[in-house]
Amino acid sequence: MSVQTARPGDPSGLLRPGFAEPTLDAQRCFRILLDAMAHPGRIAELPVAIEPPPGLMAASAALCLTLLDAETPFWLDPAAAGAEAAAWLRFHCGCPLAADSRQAAFALVAGTAPDLTRFAEGDDLAPEASATLIWQVERLEESGPLVLTGPGIERKRALGLAPLAEGFLEAWAANGALFPCGLDLVLVCGGRLAALPRTTRIARRETDGED
Amino acid sequence: MSDSTASSPIASSQAAPDLQQSLRRDWMSVLARAEAAELERLWQALDEPAGHRLLRRPETGLVQLRGRIGGDGAPFNVGEAPVTRCSLVVEGERVGHAYVLGRDLRHAELAALLDALLQDPARRPRLLEAVIEPLRTTQAARRRARRRAAETTRVDFFTLVRGEASK
Repeated sequence: MSVQTARPGDPSGLLRPGFAEPTLDAQRCFRILLDAMAHPGRIAELPVAIEPPPGLMAASAALCLTLLDAETPFWLDPAAAGAEAAAWLRFHCGCPLAADSRQAAFALVAGTAPDLTRFAEGDDLAPEASATLIWQVERLEESGPLVLTGPGIERKRALGLAPLAEGFLEAWAANGALFPCGLDLVLVCGGRLAALPRTTRIARRETDGED
Repeated sequence: MSDSTASSPIASSQAAPDLQQSLRRDWMSVLARAEAAELERLWQALDEPAGHRLLRRPETGLVQLRGRIGGDGAPFNVGEAPVTRCSLVVEGERVGHAYVLGRDLRHAELAALLDALLQDPARRPRLLEAVIEPLRTTQAARRRARRRAAETTRVDFFTLVRGEASK
């Protein structure tokens, strides 16, 4: 009986608000992401209260609002989020949702090991055209079996993340070998995030000490 | 004849949503064209509980206006106009949107709020009568007044017989 867009149950009819202060919140989140990218593996907290749509974690939602606009095709892992998240992204970010993951400038993935080969890695003329992945994980901490080295890390840094599939370290090494091309990764867990730019090398600690 | 018979099945199968959509387009247009002060006055007189949640706060941006100002050429970017938009949700399910020319944030918010409330079939008749119709009357009067003012400046050109012929 009511007008179409207001039909109860229609995903677009149950939209949630975005940032409370769109400009300031986006600037704050961008600054934090920038710092996280400069310090790979360091965990940062996004200081914004946000009610994410189903399937998105708070920090992923905040990153989407910060990074996406009409010029950034976004690929949403169907395993991670459904129609309501897609409607939310379209409404608040105005971003095109790419059907083909290779077209995406940003992508949201979930699960044990994202398939890094299905995204654009850029080319030698435009390595910046590679995709940035937002990977939602269930556990993220600054201690654990992974050892990070590379630019932005003085000696080495420990990282724990779960779930983590075996093949991921090899896939990440292959991604690093593409330099200057390659994907950048942002790990997200709840409201926290840590960045793994393409230059960061990940190894598993030799002696399985703590964890 | 053949046109009308061909289009009628389509029209009848989509009658309900089409009617709703044109109805909504109509009230959204009236709300967008309203004077902000008059809208505010009618809203205050309504005494509706104003519990709503902003999805997108009123925000002003620019839109590119296109036209064929030459009258013969391709579309031309005439200039930009400020537009304020707002989206909100009322009672958790009805989403109202408004795009309003100008920079009046309150105007956009009120228009979005009324758009949301007008989607409620129970409220619609009262709101149409108390808000939309008075606004429509004012707008029609304003348009008539402008047309009348413009009409007085009309010049009818006619050809004069030139003087040389008389000699």
